[in-house]
Amino acid sequence: MRQRKIGEVILDVRNISLSFGGVKALQGISFDVREHEVRAIIGPNGAGKSSMLNCINGVYHPQEGEIVFRGEVRRDMDTHHAAESGIGRTFQNLALFKGMSVLDNIMTGRNLRMKTGILAQALHLGPARAEELREREFVEHVIDFLEIQAYRKTPVGRLPYGLQKRVDLGRALAAQPQVLLLDEPMAGMNLEEKQDMCRFVLDINDEFGTTIVLIEHDMGVVMDISDRVVVLDYGKKIGDGTPDEVRNDPEVIKAYLGVSH
Amino acid sequence: MAAKKNGPVIALGAVLAAGLAAPLVTGSPLGFYLEVLIGGLMAGVLYSLVALGFVLIFKASGVFNFAQGAMVLFAALALARLAEWLPAWIGIPAGFPALTLAFVLAAGIMVGLAWVIERIVLRPLVAQDPVALLMATLGVTFFLDGFGQTIWGSDIYKIDLGISKDPTMILESMFQGGILVSKEDLIAAVIAAGLVILLALFFQKTATGRALRAVADDHQAAQSIGIPLNRIWVIVWAVAGFVALVAGMVWGAKLGVQFSLAQLALKALPVVILGGFTSIPGAIIGGLIIGVGEKMAEVFLGPPLVKMWDLAGGGIENWFAYVLALLFLMVRPEGLFGEKHIDRV
Amino acid sequence: MFYRENGQFKSSYREDQQILGIRQDRWFIFGLIAFAFLVVPFVASDYMFRAILIPFLIVSLAAIGLNLLVGYCGQISLGHAAFMAIGAYAAYNLVVRFPQLNFLLVLVLAGLIAAGVGILFGLPSLQIKGLYLGVATLAAQFFIDWVFARVKWFTNYSPSGSVSTAPIELFGYKFDSPVERYVLVLAVVIVFALMAKNLVRGHIGRSWMAMRDMDVAAEVIGIRPMYAKLSAFAVSAFYAGVAGALWGFVHLGSWEPAAFSINFSLNLLFMIIIGGMGSILGSFIGAAFIVLLPITLNQVLPPLGALVGMNFGTAMASHLEFMIFGALIIFFLIVEPLGIARLWAIGKEKLRLWPFPH
Repeated sequence: MRQRKIGEVILDVRNISLSFGGVKALQGISFDVREHEVRAIIGPNGAGKSSMLNCINGVYHPQEGEIVFRGEVRRDMDTHHAAESGIGRTFQNLALFKGMSVLDNIMTGRNLRMKTGILAQALHLGPARAEELREREFVEHVIDFLEIQAYRKTPVGRLPYGLQKRVDLGRALAAQPQVLLLDEPMAGMNLEEKQDMCRFVLDINDEFGTTIVLIEHDMGVVMDISDRVVVLDYGKKIGDGTPDEVRNDPEVIKAYLGVSH
Repeated sequence: MAAKKNGPVIALGAVLAAGLAAPLVTGSPLGFYLEVLIGGLMAGVLYSLVALGFVLIFKASGVFNFAQGAMVLFAALALARLAEWLPAWIGIPAGFPALTLAFVLAAGIMVGLAWVIERIVLRPLVAQDPVALLMATLGVTFFLDGFGQTIWGSDIYKIDLGISKDPTMILESMFQGGILVSKEDLIAAVIAAGLVILLALFFQKTATGRALRAVADDHQAAQSIGIPLNRIWVIVWAVAGFVALVAGMVWGAKLGVQFSLAQLALKALPVVILGGFTSIPGAIIGGLIIGVGEKMAEVFLGPPLVKMWDLAGGGIENWFAYVLALLFLMVRPEGLFGEKHIDRV
Repeated sequence: MFYRENGQFKSSYREDQQILGIRQDRWFIFGLIAFAFLVVPFVASDYMFRAILIPFLIVSLAAIGLNLLVGYCGQISLGHAAFMAIGAYAAYNLVVRFPQLNFLLVLVLAGLIAAGVGILFGLPSLQIKGLYLGVATLAAQFFIDWVFARVKWFTNYSPSGSVSTAPIELFGYKFDSPVERYVLVLAVVIVFALMAKNLVRGHIGRSWMAMRDMDVAAEVIGIRPMYAKLSAFAVSAFYAGVAGALWGFVHLGSWEPAAFSINFSLNLLFMIIIGGMGSILGSFIGAAFIVLLPITLNQVLPPLGALVGMNFGTAMASHLEFMIFGALIIFFLIVEPLGIARLWAIGKEKLRLWPFPH
C-alpha cells in the first residue's frame, strides 16, 4: 500500500446544478477533493460525470452552486482561469491536435508559460529562442516519463489509440497542474495498456504530488487506485466515501451495480 | 443561457422598421415609395428562390453549397440556348413550344448534374469537415462556370417568356400617377410562390419528402431505418438543381442570362444567414427582408450619404446584404428560424 | 542515395529545432535562393520578370498570409483580397501625403493598417465559425471594395477613380527596370516568408494550430481563443497588406478597386488548397501554379487547337482555366487535402530510402 501525505481540501464543489434546456444534467452536487489524493467519480452512462468535470474546468457554466479552488470562491469557472490556476484535463474522446506532432501537442501544454511577443517570435530573437529551448527541456522530461521518445516527431493522428491517450495525458501534464482531471483515461484499452496507464497515474500522483480526479468505468482500477469515490446517478450524488464504503453502500449497489435486493 | 435572447433581434427589427418608415416621414411621395417597395420585394423573391436551393442542400447533407449560384447560371444558360437551338434542330416552332421542351431538357440536365456531383464530389468527401466541403463546392462553382460557358457560350442571352415587359399602371385611382408595376415581376412572384407550395407539398405529402426530412433531422437514425443516404442526396441535389432552373429562368428573363447572374446569386448567402440555414420559411422571409432592405437603402439612404460625404456614386446595395447579415450574426448566430446547437465535449 | 541523413546527428535541442534539419534540404534552399539572386537577374527576360516572376513572388506572400489564417488557424476567409486592397491604398496614401517616407517603412505601415482592419473583421470569428465566418469575410470584401470605389479621399480625388504610382526609390536608388523591381520583391518576400516560418514553429503558431484542430481542448490548456484568432487575423492581414502594397506599386503601377475583387480572393484560396494548407512551402507552390496555369494554357492551347482543326480563342482558354481550377480543387480536396506540398514531402520520404523500397 502506498503511503502519501493527504493534505487539506484543495477543490471544493458546492451544490452544483447544471441543465441544458429541460434536461437536468447535474442536481445539487457537492463534494471535495483533498490535496494529493486520487478521487474517482463513477456512475452509469449519462450520470453526469463528464458534465461535472466540464463544470470544474469551466467548459460548462452551472446555473447554480460555486466552486472553491485553492481558497478562491467562484460562482463558476472559466477555462482560461482554470488552466492558469492549475487545473489540467484529459478528454474522454481524444481531443488531440491531429495536425500536429507529438512534441508540438505536448508543447502546447507549456503555452501558458510562454510570453514572448509576435515580433520576437517572427524574428526568432534571443529571448524567443531561449524560451523555446527552456520549455522544450521540460517537455522532454514529460516525454521521457511517458516513454514516448520514439514518437516525438510523429503526427498524433498516426499513433495507435493507446499512445494517443498517453499524449493527451502528456499535454495536460506539461502544464504542471495542481489538480489533474482525467476523463476515462483507460477506456478502450487492453489490459497491458491499462496497466501502463495505471502506473503513470500513480507515478504522477506520487512523484509530482498532483491531485487526481478521475472518471473511470473499470471498477477494478477504481477500487485499486483511488482514495475516495463519488458516485453519481442521473445527475444526483448517491454515494461518497472510501472504496470500501462505497462498495458496501446499499444505495450504490442498487443504482450502480444493478443488483437486486 | 436557456432563455432565448430576443432583445437584440427586436432591436435590429426596430431599426429596420424605422428605416422602412423613414422615407415616408421625410416626405417621399407614397406612390414612388410603394414602387421601390414592390421592386425590392421582387428582387427579394429572386433571392429567396436561390436561398431555397441552399437550404434544401444544407438541411439534407450539411453541405454549404457555394455552387448554387453557378447552378442558377448553368441552368439559365442551358434553358436560353436550348430554346434558341431546338427549332433549328428538330423543327419545333420557336417561342413557347421550344421553351417548354427546353425547360424539360434543362431540368433533365440539372438532374444529371446533381447525380454527377453527388457521385464524384460528395461521396468521397462524406463526413469531412464542413469547411472542406464548402471549398469543394467552390471547386464545383468554378468548374460549372467554365464548363457552362464552354458548351453554352459566353454572351448575353435572352429568355423570352412571352410576357410583355411594359409596365402597367395599377391603383391609379388611389394615387396621383398610380404605381408602375412590371407584369413580368408579378409573374415571377407567382412562379416563386407556386414553387414554394410545390416544395412544401413534396416534403409533407410524398414518401420521398418524408425520407428527406428524416435525413435532415438525423443522418444516422435515418440510415438505420433503411433510408439510403446516397439516393436521398442525389434527390436533394436534383431538387436544388430544379429550383436553380426556375430561379435562372425568372432571373434570366428579367436581366438577361449572363455571367453576373452567378455573382448576384451570392447574395443568397446573407439571406440564409438571416433566415437560418435550416429553415425554408427563413429563406423566403430572409430573401424578402434583404431584397426590400437593399433597395430602400440604395434609393433613400444612398443619395443623402453621397451628398454628405461627397461619394463618387451610390452602390450601397453591393454590400448592404452582407453587412446586415454580419450584424445579425453577431446578435443571433442561428438566424431567425434556425436551430441552436450545443457543442459536446 | 543522395538524400540520406545518415551520420547527421542532433546533439542539442537547438539543432533539432532548425527550420531545415536535414543538410541536403539546407543546401537545396540556399542554392535556390542564391540562384534567384545571382543567376536569374542575368538570364531572365523582361517578360519573365513582369508577367511571371514578380506576380508570382507577390501572390506567394499574399498566399502565405491567407495560409496563416486558413491553413494554420482554421479560420476561413473568402475576402482576403480586400486586405490587399487596404495595404495598396494605405501605401498609396502614405506615399502621396508623406512623400519623404522610406518605402520599406511605407510597406510596414501599410501592413499594420491592414492588420488593424483585419482585427476588426476578425471579431466575428470569436462568435461564429466555419461557414458563417465565410459570409462575414465576404462582407469585408464587398464593403471594402465599395469604400475604395466611392470615397474619393482614398484615391486622392483622382477623377477616373484609378490611382497611379511613381517608381519606388530606396536610399536614393530608383527601382525602375523589371530586374531591379524583381530583386526588391524577392528580398522582401524571402524575409517575410522566413518570419512566417518562425511564427508557425513557435508558441503562437502552435496556439493557432491548436485552435484549428480542437478549439475546446485548446481553451482547456489555457490558450485564449480571442488572442489566438485575432492574432492570426492580424498577422494574416498584415501579410496581405504588404503583398497588396507591392502588387500595386511594383506589379501594377496603376490600378482601380476592381484589381482586388472577390475573384482575386478566391484565387488566393485556390493557391493554398492546391499548394498545401498549413505549409509555407505550399503557399509558394500554389502561387506558382495559379500564376503559370493561365499563361501556359494561352501558349499551349492555340497550337493544340490548330492541330485538331479547332480554333481556341482567349475566351476558350479562360473557360478552360476555370474548369481546370475547379477540377483540381475537387481533386486535391479528395485525394490529397494537404496539397502539393504534402506530395513533395512524401516524395522526399521515398527518396530518403531510395533505392530500397522500405
